[in-house]
Formats: sequence, structure tokens, C-alpha cells
Amino acid sequence: MIVIVDYGMGNLRSIENKLHRLGAKSTISSDPKAVEGAEKLILPGVGSFDAGMRNLEVRGLLPALQQRAVVDGIPLLGICLGMHLMTHKSEEGNAKGLGWIAGETRRFDFSGQPKKLRVPHVGWNTLTRRGESLLLQGIPQDASFYFVHSYFVGRVDEADVVATTHYGVDFVSAIQHGNLYGSQFHPEKSHEGGFQLLKNFVESA
Amino acid sequence: MFRPRVIPALLLSGRGLVKTVTFDHPRYVGDPINAARIFNSKGADELLLLDIRATLEQRGPPVGLIRQISDETFMPLAVGGGIRSVDDVRALLNAGAEKVVINTRAIENPGLIRDVADQFGSQSVIGSIDARRGRDGGYRVFTHHGSRRRKEDPVEVAGELEAMGVGEIMITSIDRDGTMEGFDLRLVRSVADAVSVPVIASGGAGSLDDLRKAIQEANASAVAAGSLFVYHGARRAVLISYPSRTEIESLLGEA
Repeated sequence: MIVIVDYGMGNLRSIENKLHRLGAKSTISSDPKAVEGAEKLILPGVGSFDAGMRNLEVRGLLPALQQRAVVDGIPLLGICLGMHLMTHKSEEGNAKGLGWIAGETRRFDFSGQPKKLRVPHVGWNTLTRRGESLLLQGIPQDASFYFVHSYFVGRVDEADVVATTHYGVDFVSAIQHGNLYGSQFHPEKSHEGGFQLLKNFVESA
Repeated sequence: MFRPRVIPALLLSGRGLVKTVTFDHPRYVGDPINAARIFNSKGADELLLLDIRATLEQRGPPVGLIRQISDETFMPLAVGGGIRSVDDVRALLNAGAEKVVINTRAIENPGLIRDVADQFGSQSVIGSIDARRGRDGGYRVFTHHGSRRRKEDPVEVAGELEAMGVGEIMITSIDRDGTMEGFDLRLVRSVADAVSVPVIASGGAGSLDDLRKAIQEANASAVAAGSLFVYHGARRAVLISYPSRTEIESLLGEA
């Protein structure tokens, strides 16, 4: 059973819908017990870092997530804010992140640059692959994905970087640290490339 | 490579899709779910669904329909029409929409934008502004689907919406709507140059080159088009089309 963690942030239905199409058994839940019983986890999310951490804490999800993701090492995919929460902290707020991967979440800042790009980064963009990962298997090199974010993950361990994307700066768009996966873009809203990524995650060992 | 978005704009009236001209003369063009499926199969970047009767009928957009469309599509949905409250927004986001589009209520009460942005994040809300050009060449904002004139001009309103935390702004020329005579580039540019958030140009797209002009000459970050993707030929036969990714990339290049 894949548990899509409901901590009050994000469009969970779309993810569940795509998993359903892949024939995967999944459920949306905010119950720590469901997390404890999960075979795989998806941590989605849109919104603010502090609200995300607070919502996880208030629902008593932190211990269960820590146990399954870090101690037991089951596969977990963090999407957008979900990926940000896996880092140590964010410029956006004061909360401590989950700290599962080396990294900090920072805001796009083009104020010093001649070409002032708009924030948030909204739209379709491509990936430059850095490391091997099952996440991107079977996805064409020029596939594009849907991004919508004002913050990105930086200071990541090179070994964890699966792909970067360019928007004024090169930022990390996909990561893997052992059993922990992250995508800055929204695979559930990225046509075939995104669907294949979800398929890869569902079918992973 | 980042590419600017090309967004089909679908107008809902009752259970059907319609096309208008200068926000008037709605003409039935088909079934929304079917149209959404076709745009999805053509790889559309995003879909904009606006219920044009909602505000006048004092209700929000049809949540059930949004859910059906969201279940069948693999790209983001932006939904608007008659949104009055944070609860209306929650219902739509839970049904599968990525973003909501708020026009009349946001202009009458900009605090609504701030509340939505605080609850769901800026990326969840597009502030939509409709404008007509006056005889003096200046622009005035209209709400209630073009029926009520405001004192403000679009640039003022855009600034307010940005200050309240919108993720994006959509600027629509009522005069150009459905005419396929091209975007009002002066209008688009005045708004795009006044804010730092992405601006979506809307109203008047008649050719792929019009899309290019809005991006490259008027500083829009994305373009919305209705007639261009729903009509074909001089007699405006209903036929759904959407440019290929290659066409879009060679047309719009890198932002």
C-alpha cells in the first residue's frame, strides 16, 4: 500500500488518481498508523515550509515518518514542498526541516541580475541529468515537466543530485538519497514524463 | 529550457463550452469534458476553465465537473468564475484544480487574495483583470463579466493584487475577446511591466504569431487563447487544435 500523506497541504487527489491508473494500491491518509503500515510513502505539498512542518507535527506524523523513511528505509517520494521539507531548513521560515537530506531551501532572487526573471517559476522546463536514478528511467532526455515554485533546494550533496533545471540559476530538480526521492516539479501534472516517473516509483523494489 | 506557457481558455456557460466576442454573444462550441480530453491528448501546457455565468448567478464554478476533468487530465487546471471565499477555493483545489482564478471578488475585496495566498500559497491563485479601452486611449477595469465599470485602471489593480500575494496575473482585453485580431499588446505590456509576477495575456489571439508577440514584445510569461484553438477557418467551424511542442519551442524560444 502506498500512502499519500495528507497533512492539509496540496492536491492529493491528482496523485491518487494517477497511482490508480498505474494499478497501484494507494490511500490518502493523515493517520500516523497508516504511515506505519505503508510500504511506500508519497509526501506531496504546496504552500509554506513552516506551515508544512507545523501541520506534520500537529498531526503526530513526524515520529511515524521518521521511523518508516529513515529507520526502516522504505521508499519515499517528496514532491515540491514535500521535497523541501526533507532538507534541514528554509529561508522562508524558522521551522526546522526533517533533515533527511543535506540541503537548504532558498528563494529565487534575481534582484541583482540584468534579466529579472519572474517569481514564481511557473511553467514547463527540462532536466539536465547528473546522476543515475530509477526515477528517470525510460523518460526521454528532452522531456519537460511542470514547475510552480518560488523556493528551491540548494547546498545539496553532489551524490544526491539526480537532475538540475535552469531558471536564471541551475537548481536541483530531482534528488535521490538512498530510499528517499524528491522532485521539485509535479509528476502528477507533467503529462507522459511525469506519469513515467510515478510508474518508476510505484514499480521500484 | 524554460518555455512560456500556451494555455487554452475554455469558457463554461451552464454545462456547455461557449465562445464569446467582446464578452458577448455566447456561442455553444461543445462539451467541456470532451474538449479537456482532446487538449490533454495534444499535450496542452495547462487548461484554463472559466465559468462565465457564475458571478452573475452568485455561485462558484461546478466542482463536480472540475473533478471529472481533473481525473482525466495530466496537466494543471486553473479554474475560475464566481469564487467568493476561501471555502470556494478549498473545494476547487480538493477537486483537483491547481489554481483558482479570481476576478470580481478580488477587485472588490483584495483581502480575499491575501487570505487565499496565506492558506494555500501564492501559486494557488491567479488574479484576473478584464479591461476595456476608453475613448481617451486609457484603460478601465470591468468586473462582473464586463458589466460593471470600475474607477481604477488595470495597472493600479495589478499592483494591488500583487501586493496581496497573487502568484500570477491574467490581463484580458474585453475589446479583443473573440475577435482574433491579436492581443492588445499595449495593455498587456503596461501590466507586465508593472509587476514581478508572471502575467498571462488574454483576449484576441488570432495566430501563433500573436502568441509570440505577447511573449517577446509585451513581456507576457504565458498566453491564453480561446478562439484560436477552438475555431478553424473563416466560417469558424468548431475544431480543436493545439500547436505541437516543436512549434511552440521554435515560436517562443527561451523566455
